[in-house]
Amino acid sequence: MRRIPEEKIMSGCAISGILDRKGRRFSGEEIIKSIALMHDRSNGLGGGFAAYGIYPEYKEQYAIHMFYDDLQAKEEVEDFLERHFMISLAEEIPTRKVKAITNSPLIWRYFVLPDQHKLEQANLSEDDYVARCVFKINDQYRGAFVVSSGKNMGVFKGVGYPEDIGEFYQLEQYEAYLWTAHGRFPTNTPGWWGGAHPFTLLDWSIVHNGEISSYGANKRYIEMFGYKCTMMTDTEVITYLFDLLLRKHKLPLELVVKAVAAPLWSEIDRMGEKEKKIASGIRAVYGSTLLNGPFSIILGHKNGFVALNDRIKLRPLVCAEDGERLYVASEESAIREICPEPEKVWAPRGGEPVIGLLEGSSEEWL
Amino acid sequence: MALSYKNPEFLIERDYDKCINCRVCERQCANEAHYYDEDLDKMMAIDKNCVNCHRCVTLCPTDALRIRKYPLEFKENYNWTGEMINNIYKQAETGGVLLTGMGNPTKKKIYWDHLLLNASQVTNPSIDPLREPMELKTFLGRKPERLEFDQEGNITNLPPQIELETPIMFSAMSFGSISLNACKSLARAASEMGIMYNTGEGGLHQELYQYGANTIVQVASGRFGVHQEYLDAGAAIEIKIGQGAKPGIGGHLPGEKVGEEVSRTRMIPKGTDALSPAPHHDIYSIEDLRQLIYALKEATDYEKPVSVKISAVHNVAAIASGIATAGADIIAIDGYRGGTGAAPTMIRDNVGIPIELALAAVDSRLREEGLRNQVSLVIGGSIRNSADIVKAIALGADAVYIGSAALIALGCHMCQKCYTGKCNWGIATQRPDLVKRLNPEIGTERLKNLIRGWSHEIKEMLGGMGINAIESLRGNRLMLRGIDLNEKELEILGIKHAGE
Amino acid sequence: MKKVYAREEYCLGCKLCEVYCVTSHSESKDVVKAHKMEEITPRVIVESTGEVSFALQCRHCDDAPCTKACITGALQKDPETGIVGYNQEKCVGCWTCIMTCPYGAIKRDEYGRSIISKCDLCIETGEPVCVVNCPNNALVFIDLAEKQGEGVEEQDKLVKEQGGCRD
Repeated sequence: MRRIPEEKIMSGCAISGILDRKGRRFSGEEIIKSIALMHDRSNGLGGGFAAYGIYPEYKEQYAIHMFYDDLQAKEEVEDFLERHFMISLAEEIPTRKVKAITNSPLIWRYFVLPDQHKLEQANLSEDDYVARCVFKINDQYRGAFVVSSGKNMGVFKGVGYPEDIGEFYQLEQYEAYLWTAHGRFPTNTPGWWGGAHPFTLLDWSIVHNGEISSYGANKRYIEMFGYKCTMMTDTEVITYLFDLLLRKHKLPLELVVKAVAAPLWSEIDRMGEKEKKIASGIRAVYGSTLLNGPFSIILGHKNGFVALNDRIKLRPLVCAEDGERLYVASEESAIREICPEPEKVWAPRGGEPVIGLLEGSSEEWL
Repeated sequence: MALSYKNPEFLIERDYDKCINCRVCERQCANEAHYYDEDLDKMMAIDKNCVNCHRCVTLCPTDALRIRKYPLEFKENYNWTGEMINNIYKQAETGGVLLTGMGNPTKKKIYWDHLLLNASQVTNPSIDPLREPMELKTFLGRKPERLEFDQEGNITNLPPQIELETPIMFSAMSFGSISLNACKSLARAASEMGIMYNTGEGGLHQELYQYGANTIVQVASGRFGVHQEYLDAGAAIEIKIGQGAKPGIGGHLPGEKVGEEVSRTRMIPKGTDALSPAPHHDIYSIEDLRQLIYALKEATDYEKPVSVKISAVHNVAAIASGIATAGADIIAIDGYRGGTGAAPTMIRDNVGIPIELALAAVDSRLREEGLRNQVSLVIGGSIRNSADIVKAIALGADAVYIGSAALIALGCHMCQKCYTGKCNWGIATQRPDLVKRLNPEIGTERLKNLIRGWSHEIKEMLGGMGINAIESLRGNRLMLRGIDLNEKELEILGIKHAGE
Repeated sequence: MKKVYAREEYCLGCKLCEVYCVTSHSESKDVVKAHKMEEITPRVIVESTGEVSFALQCRHCDDAPCTKACITGALQKDPETGIVGYNQEKCVGCWTCIMTCPYGAIKRDEYGRSIISKCDLCIETGEPVCVVNCPNNALVFIDLAEKQGEGVEEQDKLVKEQGGCRD
């Protein structure tokens, strides 16, 4: 971790995700195997996993995963957490020694609920309160970084190849119904643990392959709504855009996709009158949220995931279905590695979202 | 008065080996700089009449003409330049205000030329606009912070927008300051290219109502030609507070330009001077502006966006923020290099600030205040090429106005003598024999070609950046780097220096 | 047939059509030499008074009066092309054609020879040079009949749309 880069990080990557739509939990071994197959798509400068459903015993509490540079940073943040939250459990996240993983920060997790008095004072929803605290720690506490902050989920990431990171965090010990993974290939070498994917806010997590050429426009837009982009990564800004559109503006997922991977005007021209009005209205108002440039992303959430390509499909993305399992990855081989004969395999078109929903949860995500 | 001390500005050189005495130059010069001498059987020139508009040079069938800067040097002096001295001679003879036309030509920093654009290499692909879609469509108008939908899923809260096929519009140029044929060329080109032109404070000539869907009708301090039908005709309404070439002062169309048609269109008596007051006499403060904005919205049933045009002055950011909260849907900012049909030289060359800095400051301020989404930002004031447009949009503009560039496409040669009414290119004139020199069919094609060419170039530059929609460039200052700029300039522009 | 039509509202009165007409009908085909070394009368006539001006040339009338008036047969209408042609060799300079032409489109040689000057639609080069070189598209070379159906009224309308005057 050490330093937050001052310029935008560019990177290429591998991504993978597995969802059990029945909500049955399974260990991290499969996802590690899948992402490990795409070893060559990353360069050892970042790997990470998001896991949903791993903390059933604390599922009503926010699980705050933290990186600290040193004990001083830890003390300061813990002081902040104590002032703003009721902490049920604070513990070091168990890791094992792995040769390839060095210079790890102090890695802790906290299960917390907002301090009721402070929450009432702030006049915010619980989620907004937590989000604000996350921004504050990342922005103002040197040497500290919030890795994840959702309920019943957690992110495990660091500098190294993803399979080494998985081993480091002992992910075979965890059980989740949704796993996403990321292997990173940055073109500069910040060696910063916080810069690895997934990136998260509350329940959202994003793994992302690509570079968003619209980053500057997206960043300046999202900052108008009180978000602080401090990480200088595309992934951070994508996370915030989804948070704004889905959680704050309460747009249905289908319209959010029409904003971030907007249909081309030539397609809009062919739409029916009503659809056309909606699509062009979205583009007129949310033009600054358009993610432009090559990307494939998996947006994880407690209710499932959305996998999405840029609208002209400049990055690979393959999906597969087998029973209750839904797979998505940068390469088909990464799916076949863990599910050799899926019932169905397909490559979604640019801008066409693949939505995997947990059974029983509605399209209304929130 | 006795002897004039003024020296000619230009020297007309004629190659007599080539001159065939066809007298085209003589017939084409409204300034009467050429004549045929029967005794000598030779074409002759009166240098002091020449304004260097190139009309004779362009039409000469044998390329026999050359115009040079008059080779008369004053004793070298950085302070008292020939221009300064000649200006004093002029004023000592007339006691008048120095008048000029077009934009500020002085040697001050042009920030566009200190901005550099980015392009993709390796980590993300550039996009080839010849093979992939490349979208320039732009909407101008107030955007809600978030869209709302009714039960059926229809959008319920989107205010009126104007839709541009490419983020370029023709700036306000009135019928009166320019000829009807120039207006027709602009109107037709705008309508055929899916963009907008702007009436300026000249009213709307009857023949131009058919282009209403591509017209921004202006309401300025003189309120010339403003009536219900006029407001209804346009796609948007613009309140003109100021103009980059002459911030803080009004306009003056001399009576000799107010012929039959101009008189009818402006609704003023023929032959009378059309004087636009310096301020709107019903706007002495921001709350008055709000009233006018809403009066115009009421008058047009809230069906058209209302724009407010100001010139870029020192505290432009605060003013723009006030205009946004006053209810404007579009803010148009005109920089200090913006053109004009006539302005006092001292004002044109010394009042106002560069549009690049004004734009950056306004965009940043509106974002800080969370207002940027609510208004569209249009800038003008010497956009010279497509790269200027790309830079303007990256700094934060939604679209640009082009005035001088459009006139140059029509044939303007920047002689800056628009105020004389003797434009040899048929643009800034009302003299019927000169007006007919601009064939609107040709004018329309030339303007369309310019817009087409620039749009192609914008697409190439976007593609190079790995972007395929103009909205992803808007305010994307990471696509810009500065060169030869100091810390303060970089800070205001919100960009890094090249190499950073 | 294709004819040259003038659009008065765009005519600059610059007379470049005359310059190019002379050049095109010269031996040298060089604009300077044609004017300085040869004696050629332009076959197009620019009429101008004040701000009104237009270029006039032979209308190549269907029922051309000049061909009937010509005493030597120097003026003949080509039944194929419709062009009213002029044979300088046969001309005796009686000027009867000039008196009969309803448009005043025929003029005497400016250098005192017993010949006339009239438009030949640049049969040699194909496209009339006056049209090609008009700086303001004030001359057009079109076939009205081809442009639309028959009917005098429609033709009139079309010519008017084109801004020209009907022959």
